[in-house]
This record gives sequence, C-alpha cells and structure tokens, in this order.
Amino acid sequence: MKSKFSALMLGSALVLASATGAFAQDKNIKIGVLTDMSGLYADLGGAGSVIAAQMAIEDSGMLAKGWKIEMVSADHQNKPDVGTNIGRQWIDVEKVDVFVDVLNSGVGLAINNLVKEKNAVMINSGAASSVLTDAQCTPNTVHWVYDTYMLANSTGDALVKSGGDTWYFLTADYAFGQALEKDTTAVVTKAGGKVLGAVKHPLNTADFSSFLLQAQASKAKIVGLANAGGDTTNSIKQAAEFGIVKGGQKLAGLLLFITDVHSLGLNVAQGLNFTETFYWDLNDQTRAFSKKFSERSKNKAQPSMVQAGVYSGLLHYFKVLDANGGNPKDGAKVVSLMKDMKTDDALFGKGEIQPNGRKIHPAYLFEVKTPSESKGPWDYYKLIGTTPADKAFRPLSESACPLLKK
Amino acid sequence: MQALYAQLLVGLINGSFYALLSLGLAVIFGMLNIINFAHGALYMMGAFVAYFLLQYSGLNYWWALILAPAIVGLFGILLERTMLQWLTGLDHLYGLLLTFGIALIVQGLFQNYFGSSGLPYAIPDLLKGGVNLGFMYLPIYRAWVVVFSLVVCLATWYLIEKTQLGAYLRAATENPTLVRAFGINVPLMITLTYGLGVGLAALAGVLSAPINQVRPLMGADLIIVVFAVVVIGGMGSIMGSIITGFALGVIEGLTKYFYPEASNTVVFVLMVLVLLVKPQGLTGRAA
Amino acid sequence: MTTMTTSSADGVSKPFIRDEMWAFLIMTALLVMVPVSGIYPFFVMQALCFALFACAFNLLIGYSGLLSFGHAMFLGTGGYVTAHAAKVWGVSPEIGIVLGVAAAVALGVITGLIAIRRQGIYFSMITLALSQLLYFVYLQTPFTHGEDGIQGVPQGMMFGIFDLSKPITLYYVVLVIFLLAFLLIYRIINSPFGEVLKSIRENEPRAISLGYKTDQYKLMAFILSGALAGLAGAVKVFVAQNASLTDVHWTMSGEVVLMTLVGGLGTVFGPVIGAFVIIAMQQYLASFGQWVLVIQGVIFVVCVLTFRRGVIGEIAHYFRRSL
Repeated sequence: MKSKFSALMLGSALVLASATGAFAQDKNIKIGVLTDMSGLYADLGGAGSVIAAQMAIEDSGMLAKGWKIEMVSADHQNKPDVGTNIGRQWIDVEKVDVFVDVLNSGVGLAINNLVKEKNAVMINSGAASSVLTDAQCTPNTVHWVYDTYMLANSTGDALVKSGGDTWYFLTADYAFGQALEKDTTAVVTKAGGKVLGAVKHPLNTADFSSFLLQAQASKAKIVGLANAGGDTTNSIKQAAEFGIVKGGQKLAGLLLFITDVHSLGLNVAQGLNFTETFYWDLNDQTRAFSKKFSERSKNKAQPSMVQAGVYSGLLHYFKVLDANGGNPKDGAKVVSLMKDMKTDDALFGKGEIQPNGRKIHPAYLFEVKTPSESKGPWDYYKLIGTTPADKAFRPLSESACPLLKK
Repeated sequence: MQALYAQLLVGLINGSFYALLSLGLAVIFGMLNIINFAHGALYMMGAFVAYFLLQYSGLNYWWALILAPAIVGLFGILLERTMLQWLTGLDHLYGLLLTFGIALIVQGLFQNYFGSSGLPYAIPDLLKGGVNLGFMYLPIYRAWVVVFSLVVCLATWYLIEKTQLGAYLRAATENPTLVRAFGINVPLMITLTYGLGVGLAALAGVLSAPINQVRPLMGADLIIVVFAVVVIGGMGSIMGSIITGFALGVIEGLTKYFYPEASNTVVFVLMVLVLLVKPQGLTGRAA
Repeated sequence: MTTMTTSSADGVSKPFIRDEMWAFLIMTALLVMVPVSGIYPFFVMQALCFALFACAFNLLIGYSGLLSFGHAMFLGTGGYVTAHAAKVWGVSPEIGIVLGVAAAVALGVITGLIAIRRQGIYFSMITLALSQLLYFVYLQTPFTHGEDGIQGVPQGMMFGIFDLSKPITLYYVVLVIFLLAFLLIYRIINSPFGEVLKSIRENEPRAISLGYKTDQYKLMAFILSGALAGLAGAVKVFVAQNASLTDVHWTMSGEVVLMTLVGGLGTVFGPVIGAFVIIAMQQYLASFGQWVLVIQGVIFVVCVLTFRRGVIGEIAHYFRRSL
C-alpha cells in the first residue's frame, strides 16, 4: 500500500516537472519590502514604501498578463544583523526574488552582500552610501534614487555657480558625514569656490549653538550641513534661532528629504537649498502618481523620493521580466537584463542603469519656499536648478567598482 | 577670546538642562531610592504635551510651562501609585529595570503615533529675536532658558532644604518609620516627591521644545549623559547636583570649541576621572 | 541591604545536580536535532549567540549581584575585533575569535577597575556611561566604518577543516562553542570561586569579614562575564557576516537584561530560554515592527512586577528544583 502510494506521488511529481518544463518559464514573482517601519527613517520609507510597491504591482498590468506577484514586508529596525536574518530567511524559506527600499546604509550594504551570495536582486532606493556602486558594487544590485556623491555634486556645483562661492561645513563626525564633506569640498573647489573651514559635531547632538556660532563667525556665504536625520533638522531649527539666514548666510542641506521639511515647517525651513531627484509637484506624471499615493497614505502624506523609487524601480523590473517572458530566478541575469533596457520612467525621467548598478537620472536643486509663497500643505519647493543625468552622478571613470574592470 | 565668552554662555544653556534633569533624578532618588530611567521619556512627554496644548487647545508656551509639568507630574503620580509602589523593600535595581521598561513603552508609543522625525514648536513671540552682545549674537530665548531654570533649581533647593515640608521630606528619607510615627503620611509624601521630580523633567522638556525638534527619542540619549552627571556629582545633595549640572554644561561647551570631536564623550571621560580620584562623587555620600 | 531575588535555591543538596544534568542533556539533544527538524537554522544560530551573551551577563548579575547596563560594549568589541581580523587581516576564524575574546578581556579589565569602585545602582549607571563612551569611540574610529559597519566578513575555514560557509557546519560549530561555554559557566558557578561570589551577593560585609578580598572577586567575575560576552559577539560575526553599531548601542544592553530577566536571573538555563523567547519575538514581530519596543517594555514591566523569578525560576520554584 505504502509503496503504491509513493509510486503515485513520484509519478505525479514527474508529470508536474515535465509540465513546468513545457510551459516555458516560471511567472511567479515575490517582492520583499525591507525597510524601517518604526525608527528615524520610517516616514521616508516605511509603510509608504509598501504602498508604493502595491501601486507598482497594480499599475504594471502584470497580473492581467498571467503573472502571479506576492509581496512581504518587514521592519529591519535599522539593525544590519536583523536585516540580514530577515533577508536570509526571505530568500531561503519565502523564496523572495527582489528586495526593494532597504534604506539605511548599514542594512543596505548587508543585503548587498546577501543578494550577491544568494543570487537574488536588490533595487535599493533608500540607502545613501555611494559605496554600493563603488568599491562594493555587485552584479545583483541596482541603486535607484540617489547617493551621497550625487547630492554633494549637484548641491555643491549649483550653489557655487549661483554665487555661493565660500563654504563652511557642519559635519557629523563619522564616516558618512566625512564622506559628504569631502565630496562636496572637491566639487566646490572644482567649481571655483572656496571652503573656509569645517567643524565636526558628534552624532545625535541636541545643541548646535557652539557649532553655529563658529559657522556664523566664518562669514562664509554657504553653511553646508554634512549630516542627516535629527542632526540636520535640529541644526536648521537652531540656525534660524541664531539668525544665520537672516544674517545673509545660506543653509545647504546635503542630505535632506521632503519629510524633514514637512516636520520642520516652512517658518524654519524657508530658504534652505538641497537636492532631490523626485518631487511630487514636478510635472503632470509625478502629480498623478502622488495624488493616488497620498490618498492611500497615512496623514495624506505625499511620497518621498525613496518611496517613488520603490515604485519606479519595481516597474522597470516588471517590464524587463515581462519582456523576457518569465522569471529566470537568476538575480544576476535579471539585473543584467535591467541594465540592457533603457529606463523610461514617469517619475524620474529618462535614464539608464550603468554597468556598476547606478541608475542615473536628472537631479534637481530645490529651494524651500517661504510661508507666503506656499499655496497649501506639501507645497514646499521651488526648482532652482537641474543637473542632467549624465552629469549628476559619479562618472564611471572614477568608480572603483570591480565589475567595470572586465 | 571673544569666541570663548560665547562658548561659555552657550555651555550654560546646556547646563540648565543637565541641572534640571539631574536635580529631578536626585530628588526622586533621595526619597524613593529609585534611579528613574524613565526620566528621559518623561522629559520628552513634557515637550509633547506642550505641542498638544498649542495644537489642540490653543494654549501657548506660557500655559504649557505651567500645565505640562502638572499633567506629566500627574502621569508620574499614576505610575508611582500603580507600579513603583510595589517595589518597596526590593532591591533598588528592580526600580531601574521597571522604569527602563516604562521608558521603552512610552517612547515606543510616541514613535508609533508621531513618527520619528519630530514636530515643530515655535519660539514664543515675546522671546523671539536676539541681542548682539558684541562678542556673540545671543537669542533671547536662550537667555530666558538659563535664567528660568536657575530660578526653578534654586526654588526647589529652597523648598527641600529650607522649609518645613522639606524638613519632613529629608527626615522621611532618613527614617520613614519614625516620621510616620509623628503622624505624617509618608507614602503620600513619596508619591508627591516622585510627581515633583517628574514635573521637573517635563519642565525641562517644555523649555527645550522651541530649541529642538519635539521627537520621541529626544530624551533617550540625553538621559545617559545625565546619569554620568549624577555619578560625577553624587546624589547626596540638591545643591551639588545643580552645580554639577551647570558646570558640566560649561565644560562641554568649552570642549565643543577647543576639541569638538570629543564633546559628546567629555562628560563620560570626566566621570571616569572622578571615579578614579573620588569614588563617592564630588558631593556624594557613600552609596 | 536587600538582594536581588534569585531562585538558585541556595543550599541545594547534591541530588539536584542530577536535574541540571538531565536538563542539559535534553537541551543538547533538542539543539542537535535542529537541522533535521526543518526549523530555520540561522534563527537558532542567532539565538544561540544571544543565549551565550545572556548566560555571560547572568554570570555577573545572577551570581555576584552586579547589574551591568553596558554589557553591549563586550558583545560589540568582540564582534568588531573578530570581524576586522577576519576581513582585513584575513586570519582564520579560530584566530579571529581568540583575538575578539582577548579584546573583550582587555576591555573588561579596564572598565572593571573603574566600575567596581561603586556598588548597586551606581555600578549600573557607570557601566551604562562607559558603554556609551565606547559607542561614540566606535562611531568615530575609521576601522568600524561608522554606520555602515564591517560588512561581508568571510566565514572561512575553522581549523582549516570546517567550512563555515556551509550552514550545517556553521550550525554545529556554533552549537559546540555554545555548549562548551555553557559548561564552563556552569563549572564557574559551582566552583569555590562561584560560592564566594554568591556569598558576596548575599552579604558583602560578611564576606569581607571572612577575609575575602571582595573587590578582586567582583573584578574577576566582571572580566569573565565580559570575556564570554565577547565570545558571543565574536561567534555572531560568522553567523551574521557583519559587525555593526547595533551591538554596542545601549538598547542591546537593555535587551540582554530583558532576556535574562524573562528566563530567570540567577538560573542556569533561564538566560537560554529568555534569549530564544526574545529573539523569536523580534523575528516574528518584525512585520509589525513598530510594536517590538513597546512589547519589550511591557515584558519588562510585567516581569518586574509579577514574575521576578522568570520562566525557569518559576518552574524551578514550583518543583522545588534548581535549574
């Protein structure tokens, strides 16, 4: 009895195997949204990234074409080892094909190693570190929205050209802040500007007054904020208190998002300059996406560029798989197909994915509106400069990515 | 030299927060023998309550200065009555663990509902702007923080060291049974003391709201520095914790000027040095 | 002078040692079977590392009554040194682990000498402040790569024969290290040294009057505990393949307190159970991420108010056994 049963099982397994062989390729996709749901960056990605991924699935029309798409999401709590564990389990047990969002550079780099080891795909739209497509690039990763090099480059260059030729930096004293300062200094000097000095402040500083006094005394035209998160918002808030902007100096945020402006309020944030690659109110397409997005999001928030990146990265991924006729379940192959196809993207404009995994598109320098200029909630930015896609990011000739040496 | 004056002044501002917080910790420790790990979370609540008052009831900063400490103080009294009270007679360490748990809950809940990036709170109109002192531009609000917290600290000192109520308090710390025999309601005094300490934390929170973003984690790291301040000063004397608080603020301010890289570690390094030289802390009795 | 309630029923007669033997054998058998059981081995490996961390912490709090609120500094130091040695210097895993533990010992000596100058609550605050100091140091020194952490640590060949990149091999290597360390801790607790520690916990003045140099015993316990916590951090590097600031942050120090508290302070098996409970909670609640911290806080409060013996402590108390 038992042997008969197992023979039956074996038979049906064989039938199944030949059946899948006959029907070309697998049309299943599983997406893993790995993000910060509770910490410092939750407003930037978090639940909004899950909404963006859901919208990408709906808008792609893949389901109608017979694809089966599943999605899981989790909170990495900004801990690289928690992220690695979830990621490993997703690949081994849940069979996740593609990781999206993955903000926080520490977690991003951990998953970067994991997808290479396991031959999966990561479309990273959240991590800032440019190392992802530099020394640590992999054939399995696409870095979609922005990176520190691009931010420094676009903000530094455009501001010097519009007359801000003397700089003073407030730098967060760890690898990330120092990299931002170094990259921006290079750009500023190259464009003909001069850096008058810098002061390093510890991470998570509550009181910036000492540092701001030094920046004020330097008489530099631009005070560059080479920090992130709470440090950036606190330094901006206290700069207003010390009358830095009123005294004629300009603040330039080197890593700042629309969620930060929203939480600061225009009274404090007005006049601030910084770079993003997406803004909801750029054109009809971004407005259409953002309208749908904000209807579904908590507190009717507009999408951040990270969330927009989840959406547009996934759409490109779907397009490539659909053109391929199936999901080959081979991460490196999928990413190389993604690099072969030019991206044409409603949210980020035309662009491409370079051989090192860097997605390039135009970068926009914004200035935050004054309260009287703003017409309503989330109407925050004035566009004051655009850097074309091929100028905005690190040139391939300067990239230390091992993939380029072949 | 001019820059130095500026940094000294700025250091005093930071010192006011250290002083208010370590004073609250000392008051609570003196009476309840508990190190209140939730102090940072309650400081944060003070700032949030100020924000809510403005946003939902239109009550401005000045109201918040009175109401927020009262509301958070009541919350503290509730905590003491429902939880801390049960720890009497157990090792002090359980108080630390319990309040740590409370801090996690409070911070977690605020993070869930208000995100992490924080909410804006404007400087009250009366205190906007600043004066040019020649060597620095001093925002009026900063000056207000220093003066106001100095007054509050001295008032608390006076209350505890120089009034009848304070005498009861100090006596109850030394020998609760005896004081109870005199017909004084010691448990009530303990509860009110906790409320007072918590109120001081909340007051510091309101004071900092216009300077820092009102964020759920604003107190989380601060409390560790304040712990170091408390270890340096010792919790034996009220005046001791006030003076240490201000002094360390100034030292930190100077570090920010001379060697900014070390400004977040200087308090901890000082703590190590003090422990090596005088393990009881500068003003402390042996613990 | 009150003391922490611990459930190691002091004066347990010898036959009860047999209970602990059985419990150890059952635990070992369960853990050996994990790879064939279909349970995801990486989860168990992670939990084993934290279980070792919690056991090391428990050695200090449970048997000498010192509550360290900065134990993450040992976990992180062990991890960073091992990761750096394995990745940058390219040493083999066993050498990396030895270096990591050595660094933790050195740190234990320095911080121990400072921290044991005060007792009780002050000891907790000092360890917390010291670990925060170290956190900022690690944040700023270049070799740790700040927020990025040390990533992609090669797993390599242990003793030249065990290929750690194979999950099964890695699992058993981690398990063997865990069991050996566990037995070592058990041995320490039941040695004359351990007995002196317990007497210090119960009544320090009396121990002093009996002629024991209690500070030296406490320092020794602190260093041993730090070394074992460093071992946990070093082994974890090969499981997670990275070392990051998370492991030095004060929240990690809080987590290990929680694990030990849930399992049972001063019980032999409590920290292991506690670590599995807390790690499982973090894993399975990851999709409701927001609530993890709140739930941890609630567990803290509930444990302190009603459940001070912890899971194993309550079981041991119920059966009047020592576990």
